[in-house]
Amino acid sequence: MRILFRRARPGPLEYHRRWPLRLVMAAALLFLYAPLVALMAFSFNDSRRNIVWHGFTLKYYEKLFANTELMLAFANSLTIALCSTLISIILGLSAAYGLWRFRFPGRTLYQSVMAMPIVIPEICMGVAMMAFMARTGWPQDLVWPFNLGAIIIAHSAFSFPFAAIVIQARLESFNRELADCAQNLGAGEFRVFCDIILPHLRPAIVAGGLLTFTLSLDDFVITFFTSGPDSVTFPVKIYSMVRFSVTPEVNAASTLLIVITVALTALALRLQQRAAAGVPAQ
Amino acid sequence: MESWRKSPRAWALSMLAPGMWLALFFLAPLSLLWLISFGVKTGITSIDIDWTLANYARAAQPLYLAIFLKSLWIAAATTTICLIIALPVALVISFAPQQLRAWLLLLMILPFWTNLLIRTYALIAVLRGSGHVNSVLGWLWQLPDGLLAMIGLGGHHLMGAQFTPLEILYTDGAVVIGLIYVHLPFMVLPLYAALNSMDRSLIEASLDLGAGHVRTFFFIVIPLALPGIISGVILTFIPALGSYLTPDLLGGPGSQMIANVIERQFKAANDWPFGAALSFLLMYAAFFGLALRGLADRRAAQPGGAW
Repeated sequence: MRILFRRARPGPLEYHRRWPLRLVMAAALLFLYAPLVALMAFSFNDSRRNIVWHGFTLKYYEKLFANTELMLAFANSLTIALCSTLISIILGLSAAYGLWRFRFPGRTLYQSVMAMPIVIPEICMGVAMMAFMARTGWPQDLVWPFNLGAIIIAHSAFSFPFAAIVIQARLESFNRELADCAQNLGAGEFRVFCDIILPHLRPAIVAGGLLTFTLSLDDFVITFFTSGPDSVTFPVKIYSMVRFSVTPEVNAASTLLIVITVALTALALRLQQRAAAGVPAQ
Repeated sequence: MESWRKSPRAWALSMLAPGMWLALFFLAPLSLLWLISFGVKTGITSIDIDWTLANYARAAQPLYLAIFLKSLWIAAATTTICLIIALPVALVISFAPQQLRAWLLLLMILPFWTNLLIRTYALIAVLRGSGHVNSVLGWLWQLPDGLLAMIGLGGHHLMGAQFTPLEILYTDGAVVIGLIYVHLPFMVLPLYAALNSMDRSLIEASLDLGAGHVRTFFFIVIPLALPGIISGVILTFIPALGSYLTPDLLGGPGSQMIANVIERQFKAANDWPFGAALSFLLMYAAFFGLALRGLADRRAAQPGGAW
């Protein structure tokens, strides 16, 4: 009996060791993960019926890579994510830098307008973009990379504030005296920015970039309203497949996207932790 | 911080591009939507802006009012259940040892980073008529018969002739489950932040003075965590109220929410002015919630301004 109950009773404040609380925690984790694990597991199941395990197969992944429409949608998604990440980094970096360095009338207003895309309901942003593109007569039938322009613009508009927040957080830990020193030693403003500030910001720029990349890759609602028939993205394509039925192909496509985003996010979190800890980027 | 006048060139260079982008691709579309909400449809694609309030008045019709109320109700149910689940979860995380705490937090946030559409799709496979929940229930159903057969009393169909799968998918319940699934991290994180920064000696004092754990929880922990609870409630309620995908995929024809009506106005029904008016009503509701949160934060930050 001593071996079975070797551990002492939980102390008064050891709430994490009380069984009712542990039960709720375990149930919450089961609730969060079981559907995703089932989804990924059944993408390897050798049966169309998505419920009984028949054996391991990769045939749905083969089908996936042979599906040209889906692969085109995937290429579109990656192109959009890449472009909107580049735009978001440039805009986010310059906004964060300006807000950090300067005091000017309307600074608070500027900052709160920049926070708006983060807080307004996605659907409102989506329909506003749709109306805007239709009213301004945004060209519809451009050749390949340019037909994605509307989506890239919409994605950058909602994701650059996220990049700005991550970079602003990193700027807080920058020692302004370093910039003053460089200036006293004769460096011009541009030189100070490139040689002193930018290296300090590098982890935050990478983390913010990965964050905006995943945001763009994952976005469905806003893309749904700005995409045309020939600019379908991966999530929009999956949506049209999901509407029909639950199939292993969708499971395989979803698994692919989960793996990509989780890997990118893990990387971003690591880098951001390093950035927040103030470890110099090497 | 220096004044912008000291180096206006650098200031303009850094602030202009993001400002222009926001003005052109965020504020301009929103303003256009705002204008359209006062417009009248005069043709398939033509809209005249004549400052009518008819679109907003139409939102008060019983049909749309009912959808608004339903959305509020679904969002409220989601928020309440999230709070009930998240309180013990946040308590466990904030009292866990350092190493475990980081892992538990990561486990809570990770699903948040997988695609919303994919998480919703994963739930369809779980909840549908021939889904995982029903197959587990069906197996449990057959269990008593199987046990009876083992002792030679089989074939009586003790639990009724056949298992009828539960209709979970395409109901309001499925929408609430889906919204909880998506929004649980929004609730856990602010609660965790509040519980983590709490003065633990107060809990110890309460326990020392003879209050039980339950009493301490309701009279000490909850009042102290109230700013975090308010934050969590608002952060869960606002996105839940405006959610589009979850009711679209998990709900039935009767569980439409505001966002689904907005989508229909902009696509199938092609009534942009009305859709724009509904969008702005939704946005005003969101801003109202955020203003409340700001107020709560300010009161919590005041010395002696505890709740």
